[in-house]
Amino acid sequence: MLSAFCRAVVSAANQQVRTISCSAAVSGGHSFVHRDTPGNNPDTPFEFTPENLKRCETIIANYPKGHEAAACIPLLDLAQRQNNNWLPISAMHKVSEMLKMPRMRVYEVATFYTMFNREPVGKYFVQICTTTPCMLGGVGSDVILDAIRENLGIDVGQTTEDKMFTLTEVECLGACVNAPMVQINDDYYEDLTVDDMNRILNELKQGKKPKAGPQSGQNHRFASEPKTGLTALTETPTGPGFGVRADL
Amino acid sequence: MKGMKVKTDSPVTRKAREGVMEFLLVNHPLDCPICDQGGECDLQDQSMAFGSDRSRFTDNAFTGKRAVEDKNIGPLIKTIMTRCIHCTRCIRFASEVAGVDDLGTSGRGSDMQVGTYVEKMFKSELSGNVIDLCPVGALTSKPYAFTTRPWETRRIESIDVMDAVGSNIVVSMRTNEVMRILPRLNEDINEEWISDKSRFAYDGLKRQRLTTPFVRNNSGELVATDWETALFDIAQRVKDANPATIAGVAGGQADLEAMVCLKDMINRLGSEVLCTEEAFPMINSGTDFRSNYVMNTTIAGIEESDLVFLVGTNPRLEGSLVNARIRKSWVHNEMCVVLLGAPVDLSYDYQYLGDSFSVLKEIADGSHPIAKALADADKPMIILGSDAIQHNNGSLILDTVKRIAKNTKKSLNHPDWKVFNVLHRNASQVGALDMGYKPGMDSLKCDKPSLLFLLGADADKLNNDDLHGNAGVIYIGSHGDAGAQMADVVLPAAAYTEKDAMYVNTEGRAQVGRQAVSPPGMARHDWKIIRALSEILGVSLPYDKLSDVRGRLAEISPTFDRPGRVEETGFDNVSDDVTIDKITHTGATAPVVPALLKLRDFYMTDPISRSSLTMAKCVQAYDEAEANPYSKPEAI
Repeated sequence: MLSAFCRAVVSAANQQVRTISCSAAVSGGHSFVHRDTPGNNPDTPFEFTPENLKRCETIIANYPKGHEAAACIPLLDLAQRQNNNWLPISAMHKVSEMLKMPRMRVYEVATFYTMFNREPVGKYFVQICTTTPCMLGGVGSDVILDAIRENLGIDVGQTTEDKMFTLTEVECLGACVNAPMVQINDDYYEDLTVDDMNRILNELKQGKKPKAGPQSGQNHRFASEPKTGLTALTETPTGPGFGVRADL
Repeated sequence: MKGMKVKTDSPVTRKAREGVMEFLLVNHPLDCPICDQGGECDLQDQSMAFGSDRSRFTDNAFTGKRAVEDKNIGPLIKTIMTRCIHCTRCIRFASEVAGVDDLGTSGRGSDMQVGTYVEKMFKSELSGNVIDLCPVGALTSKPYAFTTRPWETRRIESIDVMDAVGSNIVVSMRTNEVMRILPRLNEDINEEWISDKSRFAYDGLKRQRLTTPFVRNNSGELVATDWETALFDIAQRVKDANPATIAGVAGGQADLEAMVCLKDMINRLGSEVLCTEEAFPMINSGTDFRSNYVMNTTIAGIEESDLVFLVGTNPRLEGSLVNARIRKSWVHNEMCVVLLGAPVDLSYDYQYLGDSFSVLKEIADGSHPIAKALADADKPMIILGSDAIQHNNGSLILDTVKRIAKNTKKSLNHPDWKVFNVLHRNASQVGALDMGYKPGMDSLKCDKPSLLFLLGADADKLNNDDLHGNAGVIYIGSHGDAGAQMADVVLPAAAYTEKDAMYVNTEGRAQVGRQAVSPPGMARHDWKIIRALSEILGVSLPYDKLSDVRGRLAEISPTFDRPGRVEETGFDNVSDDVTIDKITHTGATAPVVPALLKLRDFYMTDPISRSSLTMAKCVQAYDEAEANPYSKPEAI
């Protein structure tokens, strides 16, 4: 009786399927711990160019003496622009040395702001907004994202083999009225359609610089005005003295 | 706002607190049963007080809770970063108190993590304090991991002897074993911190211990024996020796009770040769006036000062909490620090005057700008390091520094302010000088003692050439270190956690340490060993109880009778007058450089820390950190 019970317990234990517990994926897709790689380690060469050094001096001079650390973000930005749009750890060290800041304080800044790339990216850094207004506005960001994927042959978070394009998905970039939109390096391309997106990418591939701003999606509007013309503030602006008491 | 009522215990506030707790626990593992913080965890306490009695946490997607990679920040601190609740106390401690900006946050939002971003050692002499600061089990002690629960241990309040600061500690004991050492709040001395050596060297209490008496046999080997044999062997040696040249040396961690017993016994045998390991020049008034050899302004007094002049010292490694106090003032009170010595990393900025004695002389003459700065300062302090006194020309340095102090006092607005301070390294030094031990072993070497008693003297400053031809050496101490090696008879004694004993710190503050565990094997309390020996030698000491010894101490000096208090030193003006202008400057002097320069030198300085595995690991980790490009190289 007892042995039968023991057998039952053992077989039940054997049959029990145990799930492997795993940790949640890191949502940003970036590691917030530095690991040395052949291309990114303390010996990676980084020096500011003479022109940029001059710019650094100007930036640092904007802040009172003893508060040089305030120049941390602009200097990191300058370093990133100089270094093909990404920040090697040696550049962070350089900035900390120039501003006499502890290195950890620079790492903190560089990891906090998502616009600092701590890994190499392509020449054109394509950031597509997939937040709700962009997802719903115009043709919708889903279609645009698919068009980019198809055009470049890469998925989100990847870089093309020729190191020309890197694609990332980002949250709201503040151009909701002109949805959908992408940011490529410093330029916003808004009111996109699939054709616009392909044209822009193809022109970039050919080395041309496509016109930034609203595209054909809303009939090539100038900025963010309504497609059907103004619906408010249409009357002539009133002059001085409007609505003021006559006896004044 | 006028008429506003704040309710701290209404149903709404209770509900809100419960909500906050729930949010915290969503991102915190429920691994209390295997967590070292269990039982002393702030989050556990908060959860018990304010949390819900059931969980609503269901992981529908089976993704697991937030998980963060552990960091390797050295051999002392174990990190389990998944438990971190991002309070950033460790970061603030590192940056504000320790002055080492190694810790920080990387990433943001749910990706944020506390750590070093790059892999490197948290290189600070105060690093262990982040373990106490951490409210949860994210930072715990590596050597203590998985050993005891806080409710299983007895806590005994005691005094640390690793340096002359006299930090107040709590010794956690279970089954006659020291499990760990924690700091105890004392705002006048260590505030709420202790140094890593004080905290982690306790595993040295279990290694290299002397557990039985030894007598050296004819073939030169130390052979274990019993107490009776050892004591009678000593009696024979005393009989054979010339009574006037029987000598005693008090080691760096000797307690007051043992020192007074040894002194009384040797005096009764007819000798006056009793000294300490650390020298102090006996020029002019020498150690006759207490104000010549203690830290007159006290440690807490550093906070009142506006200018600190450090001479030949590295306070960061010689008295870590004195340095923490200087840093505190440097941060909050805009204190200026001037250093003459080695250009070491003190965790704050200072004006460096080089390491040459001639600068000191210029200051004394008034021709150096620092002389004016000292005169202009409101409450200047001069801290003379023990190493500067050990210098070949220590008497010259001491005399010059005293002259500077006297010149500075002339223009002082506060007549009660004491300018001159000495920072000692050994826990026993001030107490020994207070009771009349001669500083340094020069006089002993001249006398060529015929019989030598070493009371835990392990500094390895003597060799057989310093003794009379066939002189015997008797070692009374806890560890098999340098002293036991040269001894003919070894008597096993208690370490600082194993005896009720008093120590006087560098301020001249007597403090009582309490026994946490009993001495191992046949080891006995130091003063009892000497008492028993005196009986056999026929010079019985009239102390049968510890209170009798304490009574004798009170006879010698009132400071010994008022533990915990600093007796203000008197006669400092008189002592200045006696000391000054007796020595003429002769020849060049070597650079005034302290012995401890880098953190590596800090970990192993006394028999206990030299026997400690944890401290050895620290030295190893330090060497590895030197090769790590992310570790900031230390100055020098």
